[in-house]
Amino acid sequence: MDSLLALMPEFWKAAGETLYIVGFTLFFGGLGGLLVGLGLYLSRAGSILANRPVFLVLNLFVNIVRPIPFIIFLAAAQPLARMVVGTGIGNNAIIFTISLAASFAMGRIVEQNLLTVTPGVIEAARSVGAGPLRIIFTVLLPEALGPLILGYTFIFVALVDMSAVAGYVGGGGLGNFALQYGYRQFNPVVTWAAVLLIIVLVQLVQFLGNWLARKALRR
Amino acid sequence: MPAPSPVVELRDVSKVYQPTTRGGAEVVAIDGVSLTVDAGDVYGIIGYSGAGKSTLVRLINALERSTSGEILVNGQDIARLPERELRPVRLGIGMIFQQFNLLGSRTVAANVGYPLEVARLPRDRRRARVAEMLDFVGLSDKARAYPDQLSGGQKQRVGIARALATQPGILLADEATSALDPETTHEVLDLLGRVNKEFGVTIIVITHEMDVIQTLATKVAVMDQGRVIERGDVFDVFSNPQQPASARFVSTVVKGLPSAGELAVLRDRHPGRIVTLAFRDSSVDQARVFGEFAAAGITFEVVYGGINEIQGRSFGHLTLALTPGPNAGSAGEADAVVDAALDRVRTLTTVTEVR
Repeated sequence: MDSLLALMPEFWKAAGETLYIVGFTLFFGGLGGLLVGLGLYLSRAGSILANRPVFLVLNLFVNIVRPIPFIIFLAAAQPLARMVVGTGIGNNAIIFTISLAASFAMGRIVEQNLLTVTPGVIEAARSVGAGPLRIIFTVLLPEALGPLILGYTFIFVALVDMSAVAGYVGGGGLGNFALQYGYRQFNPVVTWAAVLLIIVLVQLVQFLGNWLARKALRR
Repeated sequence: MPAPSPVVELRDVSKVYQPTTRGGAEVVAIDGVSLTVDAGDVYGIIGYSGAGKSTLVRLINALERSTSGEILVNGQDIARLPERELRPVRLGIGMIFQQFNLLGSRTVAANVGYPLEVARLPRDRRRARVAEMLDFVGLSDKARAYPDQLSGGQKQRVGIARALATQPGILLADEATSALDPETTHEVLDLLGRVNKEFGVTIIVITHEMDVIQTLATKVAVMDQGRVIERGDVFDVFSNPQQPASARFVSTVVKGLPSAGELAVLRDRHPGRIVTLAFRDSSVDQARVFGEFAAAGITFEVVYGGINEIQGRSFGHLTLALTPGPNAGSAGEADAVVDAALDRVRTLTTVTEVR
């Protein structure tokens, strides 16, 4: 217990780093996921911009990236991170890698949420002369907003999960804190403290997500 | 009187779906259909599900593209028009749907205003037009409600307000009442009737319910397996259907000749002679027909059938059980009296003796 108290500055610094990593990956990964999801949805057969080659390529990519365990993906994508971010280690490098992985995972979730929009509503928009871009922004996204918010809430937990291995490439965060000061120093109380904070964080976000989704669905 | 001008004209239009699997067969949804809809018509298209009627109506606003043939909307062939150039065409064609297809994320007012946004109407004119349309469908008090707070009939009225917001000259109704109960169906049909009369909107109604055609339409086309098998004025098709499929639809709302099963029951109860008479407005004088029986001293009972009214004209079939009067002697004499009377009635209308 004393050792935990002594570690409090590191603990809060780690919590801040987790928020930093998860915040940026939620933004970039969320945006990437939206694009991948829209791409999958719009290009599938029968959709408003149906395009078989585009769909097949996107679909293949998602299916290749998604099943790779993240810690392996992290190592495998390190050269790419070095190219894009300029460095293969540290918090910014891991933000890039998590965002990339999350784009594909989130893309599938976005696609599934968009598929819940009744095709008839899109047909109605087409019947009054609305073009694809207008349909995306005035029909597809607003109609799927409730499920999309829940989807993003869901991916938030996955982001916290992925950020826990940041320590492997020289990043920080609560995962790194729990491993470095708790696990490796045989101090379970320290590990549990990190676990507790993560649980609180996830609960808060889940609560917020549910509340927003309920507002969007007006239920 | 000038000839009415066609607002929609289909010339030998076909729609073929390519097989979805390798080696699968292609599906001919629409098979060489030609159809002319004049300004001010309420044109009903009836057929069983799978007959191709929903596809046909979607060809008119190019939600589905035809494989061959010409589709003229207000004289312009839209069949080969690229998607971008369809926008002005679609602004002139409203559409309502079986499942209403309202935007759940928008209020009633915003749903009605949606086509006006697409048409880039300024906000204040949009608001005025939305208020006008909601007033027309009687839902001004629901402007700020969301679709999931409305009943089915109210949803369809919002659908109608939305479809007419841009003041189109044509309204396509795709099974617009099929998801509604009978009472609400008639409310919506009345409203569509007003749309036709007050705004002069040409309406094309797709349905599998003959009742809808009977109440609303002026002309009807019967579709079967992607073809139009019969067409004409509603009165003509109802009173004298030419095709078996048309006759089946007519029989759902009009009692014509008794079926074999019904006849057996009638036979059981009425041992005398049974005849069916056809009545068709203006060509048959009912009073004279019944007068002939009375003059011959024959009493009768109406045992089956009915008289229907379409657009102010009546028609129908009546099946009578005849009883010769007491002054006819033997059975043979009675038969002769009935035969003589029937011969005179035959000069007035079609008589079918049921044996």
